[in-house]
Amino acid sequence: MTAINVRGLRKTYGSHHAVDGLDLDVEVGEVFALLGPNGAGKTTTVEILEGHRRRTSGEVTVLGLDPGHADRHWRARIGIVLQSTSDAADLTVHEIVRHIGGCYPNPRGAAEVIDLVGLTDKSKAKVRTLSGGQRRRLDVALGIVGRPEIVFLDEPTTGFDPEARRQFWHLIRRLSAEGSTILLTTHYLDEAEALADRLAVIADGAIVAEGTPATLGGRATAEAVVSWSGGHREHAADPVALIMRLVAEGADLTGLTVTRPTLEDTYLALIGEAR
Amino acid sequence: MTTTSLAPAVSTLTIGVRRGGIELLQFMRDKTSLIFTFFFPAMLLLLFGAIFTDSYDLPGLSAAQVFTSSMIAYGVISTSFITMGVGIATDREDGTLKRLRGTPVTATAYFLGKLILVAALTAGEVVVLLAVGVLVFDMPLPSEAGRWVTFAWLFVLSVTSCGLLGIAASALVRNSRTAGAVLNVPVVALQFLSGVFIHPITQLPDWMITFASVFPVKWMAQGFRSVFLPDAATTFEAGGAWEHGRIALVLGAWCVVGLVLCLTTFRWTSRRD
Ligand SMILES: Nc1ncnc2c1ncn2[C@@H]1O[C@H](COP(=O)(O)OP(=O)(O)OP(=O)(O)O)[C@@H](O)[C@H]1O
Ligand SMILES: [Mg+2]
Repeated sequence: MTAINVRGLRKTYGSHHAVDGLDLDVEVGEVFALLGPNGAGKTTTVEILEGHRRRTSGEVTVLGLDPGHADRHWRARIGIVLQSTSDAADLTVHEIVRHIGGCYPNPRGAAEVIDLVGLTDKSKAKVRTLSGGQRRRLDVALGIVGRPEIVFLDEPTTGFDPEARRQFWHLIRRLSAEGSTILLTTHYLDEAEALADRLAVIADGAIVAEGTPATLGGRATAEAVVSWSGGHREHAADPVALIMRLVAEGADLTGLTVTRPTLEDTYLALIGEAR
Repeated sequence: MTTTSLAPAVSTLTIGVRRGGIELLQFMRDKTSLIFTFFFPAMLLLLFGAIFTDSYDLPGLSAAQVFTSSMIAYGVISTSFITMGVGIATDREDGTLKRLRGTPVTATAYFLGKLILVAALTAGEVVVLLAVGVLVFDMPLPSEAGRWVTFAWLFVLSVTSCGLLGIAASALVRNSRTAGAVLNVPVVALQFLSGVFIHPITQLPDWMITFASVFPVKWMAQGFRSVFLPDAATTFEAGGAWEHGRIALVLGAWCVVGLVLCLTTFRWTSRRD
């Protein structure tokens, strides 16, 4: 069953095509990551899926409905973490989480969600006093307090310290294990690799590659680089065969390394091609 | 997961009332607007009362009564209309509206919360002004129950019409920094045109009274005078009577106009997204 289905999505601002013929399918229960450079159209796409922006053309369904005509029952089933927020400055963390939770039919407890994002000791603090990363964690809390079936997260971990990032990954895996569908955008390739079942790279408003973290852009079948003592370096489609040959030849193999392209290498190559 | 779709939606009324609570909490914590909202009309009343001390040659009518009723009309307008308009512009700018748009909160629930906020603030405002009138200017409070009944329906109609018009007007405001200034233009102009600061209103040219009679302000001021002034003071009114029926009719009509306007012009976001 597909949770998100997008065909030929276009969004133009004046003469600028922010999203230009984008297709996307996300299955129920999947963790899907959208990657792409600044201005690629990630936020525009995600906000159209959330029902925040109107599209110029194309077909979109999220949980079987067109987000452009969604009602409150549909909104109760999705959770949103926007790219940046600045609301509720005068309320405390607990007050705003409890209030937003109270708008959903079957919310999580405020204290529970605050604990999930690691803000318990800031529970009684005014939102305006939170640090950037703490504010971001609050946004995540507000996005999941309603027990959504789909969670949209637009660069959720911007400003997170390394420990908070790990904690967040753990949270996403937990939500996923409970059956939620997750669509997130990120600029952190390690994050995409750690979390995503599948991912897609957007450039100039269209998807240039799609796959699992291991196979994206032909990564699994790309040539490996084998290097060994004496500054030797060789590209090989089948590094094992190469090493066997080197062993047979009696080459000095101290300092042997075999590297596959990282997700970052693949990503940069894809973005380079798209330019 | 499936429990989400099975549990019944939280009603618009419940969410609206909770919004009202949260709005009040936020407003109370913003000391600047709190002080400005409550004490600005009170200060005006103190100034007017101190400047115009002469009495009318009508038994039982003092300048303090006239100014207190006028200031109540002013206070109700500024608290319901301006606070509403500025509040929504602020919510649009700081992302409160966008946040709510992504939840099951409906526009109606949001409006209801705002109306609860302005009704509570306006009630507080009226209490402050009456306290100044009674304690500083020895204004007598009406003792007949009928006058308080008039006060009650007048209050409800005034807050509702001004509040709804404030929601509608917020669509015209580009950003929250200029909102106060922009919204005060029609308010201050109408107050002069409607004889809120000029008593008796009959000093104004006829065309001005006719023009002002289209808008709610004149009728609110007249209504509040009918609550706090002796009946003999009707000689100072443009129509020579309190005209309660007409007041209710005009304010009721503006409630409908305001509702239609706010349902047709309300925008959740500021940019053309
Ligand atoms: N409201 C708007 N009006 C005009 N142009 C817009 C608007 N919103 C987005 N754009 C343009 O659309 C393009 C895509 O923007 P978008 O915010 O979707 O990028 P993004 O992929 O989320 O980038 P980032 O990684 O920086 O968040 C950009 O060129 C941006 O300038
Ligand atoms: Mg973005």
